[in-house]
Amino acid sequence: MAGELAESITERDEFIVTKGKNKKQLKCDTDSSAGCVSQRACVYCGARVVLNPITDAIHLVHGPIGCATYTWDIRGSLSSGAELYRNSFSTDLKEQDIIFGGAKKLAAAIDGLVEKYQAKLVFVYSTCIVGVIGDDLEAICSAASRRHNIEVIPVESSGFIGNKSAGYRAAGDALLRLIKPSESAVFKKNNSINYLGDFNLAGEAWIIHNYLQQMGVELNVTFTGDSHYTALKSAPKAKLNIIQCAGSMLYLAGKMEELYQIPYIQISFLGIEDTAASLRNIAAALGEESMILKAEELIAKETARVEDIIKGYRTKLEGKKAAIFVGGGFKAISLIKQFREIGIDVVMIGTQTGRKEEYEIMNELVDDGTVILDDANPAELEKFMMEKGANLLVGGVKERPLAYKLGIAFIDHNHDRKHPLSGFEGAVNFAEEVYSTVCSPVWKSLTALGMESGVTNHG
Amino acid sequence: MAEKNKENVSFRNVNENPCNMCMPMGGILALKGIEQSMVIVHGSQGCSTYMRRHIAEHFNEPVDVGSSSLNEKGTIYGGEKNLRQALDNIRKVYHPALIGIVTTCLAETIGEDIERITGQYLIDKEMEEFPIVTASTPGYGGSHFEGYFFTLKRILMQLTEAAEKNNKINIIIPNISPADIREIKRMLALMEIEYVLYPDFSDTLDRPFAKPYTKMSNGGTKIADIRSMGGAVATIQMGITIEDGISPGKYLEEQFGIPLYNIAIPMGVESTDVFINTIAEITGKKVPESMKQERGRLLDGMIDSHKYNFQGRSVIFGEPEMVYGVTKICVENGVFPAVVATGSQIGRFNQLVTAAVADCPEQSKILIETDFSHILAASKEGKVNIGIGPSDGRYLTEKGDIPLVRLGFPIHDRVGGQRLLSVGYTGTMMLLDRITNTLLENKYKSYRSSMYEKFYQQG
Ligand code: SF4
Ligand code: SF4
Repeated sequence: MAGELAESITERDEFIVTKGKNKKQLKCDTDSSAGCVSQRACVYCGARVVLNPITDAIHLVHGPIGCATYTWDIRGSLSSGAELYRNSFSTDLKEQDIIFGGAKKLAAAIDGLVEKYQAKLVFVYSTCIVGVIGDDLEAICSAASRRHNIEVIPVESSGFIGNKSAGYRAAGDALLRLIKPSESAVFKKNNSINYLGDFNLAGEAWIIHNYLQQMGVELNVTFTGDSHYTALKSAPKAKLNIIQCAGSMLYLAGKMEELYQIPYIQISFLGIEDTAASLRNIAAALGEESMILKAEELIAKETARVEDIIKGYRTKLEGKKAAIFVGGGFKAISLIKQFREIGIDVVMIGTQTGRKEEYEIMNELVDDGTVILDDANPAELEKFMMEKGANLLVGGVKERPLAYKLGIAFIDHNHDRKHPLSGFEGAVNFAEEVYSTVCSPVWKSLTALGMESGVTNHG
Repeated sequence: MAEKNKENVSFRNVNENPCNMCMPMGGILALKGIEQSMVIVHGSQGCSTYMRRHIAEHFNEPVDVGSSSLNEKGTIYGGEKNLRQALDNIRKVYHPALIGIVTTCLAETIGEDIERITGQYLIDKEMEEFPIVTASTPGYGGSHFEGYFFTLKRILMQLTEAAEKNNKINIIIPNISPADIREIKRMLALMEIEYVLYPDFSDTLDRPFAKPYTKMSNGGTKIADIRSMGGAVATIQMGITIEDGISPGKYLEEQFGIPLYNIAIPMGVESTDVFINTIAEITGKKVPESMKQERGRLLDGMIDSHKYNFQGRSVIFGEPEMVYGVTKICVENGVFPAVVATGSQIGRFNQLVTAAVADCPEQSKILIETDFSHILAASKEGKVNIGIGPSDGRYLTEKGDIPLVRLGFPIHDRVGGQRLLSVGYTGTMMLLDRITNTLLENKYKSYRSSMYEKFYQQG
C-alpha cells in the first residue's frame, strides 16, 4: 500500500540525503521540528548518560518527579565498587514549589542525602522548569558544598536549551569543575592514559582495561564507566586521552588539552578492524617500543581466536542489508565497518545527534544509494527500510517494536544492553547477535492463515 | 485534594526511587484507547521521548507520540508556533481522526493556554469540526494515575453530548492490561449486554502481527460512541479510589444524569461479583451458567491453595486502583498485606484499604505518596516475603531479597506485561496461581537447608 507511506514533511527534506543522488549538504545538529515524533531525548538525558556511571556520587534531579522516574537505573553501566549511582533521587517538585521556588527544598534534599549516604560528591541536575522558575542552582550548590565540605556540582541540563549534545556539554562542564587542578596533578606518568567515552556497559571498560594492561599501558581513569570521585580527581596525571564516544567527550577532551596539556586521539573499540587499529594507535602515541610489540602480539593472538568464529557467521549473513539508527555519529561509523566484517551492506544510516564531520565520514564509507538522515522519525525509518529492503535495524528501545512490526530483525545498540559489544569479544557478540536475529526461525512463520496460503497436513 | 491521613504520607524533601510517573504519561495512555487518535505532548522534546520509551518497553509496540519540541525561544515567547506546527505535521503524516493534546510541566509553568491555541488553529484552518481534545496535565500536578482519569474526563467534556437515550452501559476502565480489557469484553459478551468500553487500548497497544504495517492501528473506542455516552443507561466505572474531581463517571452523572456505579477492578471473588451483579441489576439479565462455572473453578482453586497462601506476607505497590484490587485478592486468600503502598496522592485509597484490611490478624502498613526507599524499609520491618507490582519492584528483590510477582504498569524487564490476565474469575485465578507458586518456589528453594540449619545437631 504505497499510499500508506510517509507523506514527507517539508522542513525535514534538508535532513535526508541519498548518497550519489543529490549533492546537497545534510543538515544536522539543530532543533527537532515540532510534531515530527523525533526519537531524541533531552539535555538532561545527555548529561545523565555521561555522569550517571560515576558510582559513588549522589545524582539528584532537581525537578518534578517524572524526569527522575523515567531515568531510574535504566542503563547497564556496571560498578566494581559503590552502588549509589543506581538510585534515582529527585526533589519531586510540586505545584507550590513551582510558585514559591524550589530552593529550600533542594538545599534540604542535599542535606538529607549527604547525611544518609556520606558521599563526597553530589551532582544536581537542572530540569526544564528549574530553568523557568529561576532557582539559583549555583548559589544553592556552593552553599551546600561549604556546609558539608564536599563537592556539590550543578549540572545545567534544562531540557529546552538544546538537545542531547547540549547535555554532553553540560556534563563536560560539570566534570571539569570536579577535576580542577590540584597540586598532585602536575606529575605525569609516561604510560598512563585516560579513557573517555566508555560507560562500562556490560563491563566494556573492563575489557579494554585488560587489553591496555597486557600492553603495559596504565589506565588512569575512565570517563565515566565505573569511575569514582578520587579516580576522576587524578585525571590530569595522564599523558594521553583516548576518546571512544566522540559525541559526548570531544568537548571535554579539548578542554583538558587546553588546561592540562593532555593531547587526545580518537579511537573505537567496536569491531575487529577498529579495535586493532586503536590499540596500535595508542601504542604509537605513547611511543614506547615495547608497547608497540605487545600490542601486535595481543592483536595477533586475539584476532586468531575470533577470526574463524566471525567467518562462520559471515557465510550465513553475506548479502544481507542493514539499516542503522543510533544516538551518536561515532557509533554509526563504527557500525558500517563492523557490518562490512560480517558481509552486510548498510542501506540506511542515521543518528539522533551526529555532527557534520561524522556525517561526512559516513557518506564516504557507504555505497551509492544509501539513505543518510539526521534526527529521523518513525515514519521515515519505516519508509526507507521498506524501500531499501533492509533485513535488520540497529537502534534503541523505541525503534525495536517498529522493526518487529515490519517483520525486520533488530539489534539493540543502546545503553541498557546486557552484553558487551567492545573489543574482540564484543565483535563476536555482535556477529552472534546479528545472526540470532537475522537467521531466527520465527520469520519463517510469518505466513498467512487460510486455505489460500495452501498449508495443510497433506501438502 | 484528598483527605490525607498525615501519618501515612511520607513527607520529605527528596524522593528516593519513585513509585509513580507523571501526569501526561497517564494522558497518553488514555488517548491511546481512542480510535484513530494521535497525541501531542506540549512541552520540550525529552518528556515525550521518555514516556514513549516507557510505554514502548511495556507493550512492545511502536508508540508514536508527537511533541511540540519547545526550545528556548518557545519557552520565552510562548509555544503557540511550535504547537501549531506540531498539529500540521501530525495531521500530514498520520491523518488522525482525533488529536489529543496533553501538557507538561514546562508548558504549564510558562502558562500556555492550549485551548485558545487549538481553538484558533481550527478556525484558521477552517476545520472547526475536527476533534482536538486538550488536557492540562502538568507533571508536578499529580501522577500518571490522576493524569489518566483526568484526561478521560476532559475528552468527555469536549466530545460527549446530551444524546438520545440508548441501551448501552458505559464501562470506564482504568489502566489495566490489554488482556484484561479483552477479558472484560468477553464477560460482557457472555452477559449479552450492549456497552461502550472507554478507553479501549486492547488492540491499539497490543496489535497482532499483520502485513502491511499501518502507522495508525485499528481498534480503540469509537469517537461516535464517546459522543453518545451521554445517552447511556448507566455507567460502570472501575475507579473506586479516585476523587470526584477527576472522575469521568461522575461527570456523566452530573451532566447527563446517568447513574454511576463506581466499583473496584473486578479482581478477587467479591469485586468480580460486584461487577457481575451490578450488570445484572442494571439490565435485569441472568448470570449465565458458564460464568457460574468459572466462579466455581476459582473457588475450587482458592481452597486448593489456601494453606500455601496463608504463609504469604505481601507488599503491594503501584497505581491506587490496581493496588486496591490486589489487596482484595490477598485478603480473600489469607495472604497478609503487610505493606500497601502507592506513589500517587489520591482520594479514597487510604480509607478503602483500611477497610479492606480491617479483619487481618495484624496491622497493615499503608503508605501513600511514597517512594521505594520507604516501601523497602516498611517491607523489611513487616517481614514481607512476596512483592506484587510493576517492574520497579525489582529494587525490593535486589535490596530486600523479596521475590516479585510482576503486575501492572510498567513491566520493562520481562516480556508479556500486555498479556498478563488478572481480572474476572479466570484472571483472578491466574494471578492467584502466580502468587501461590512464587511462595512455593521460594519455600522449596531453601527449605532443606533452612530446616537443617534450624534443627540438625551434630552428635
Ligand atoms: S515531570 Fe514534568 S517535566 Fe518531568 S517528564 Fe513529567 S511532564 Fe516532563
Ligand atoms: S522536563 Fe526537560 S529535563 Fe525533564 S524530561 Fe522533560 S525535557 Fe527532559
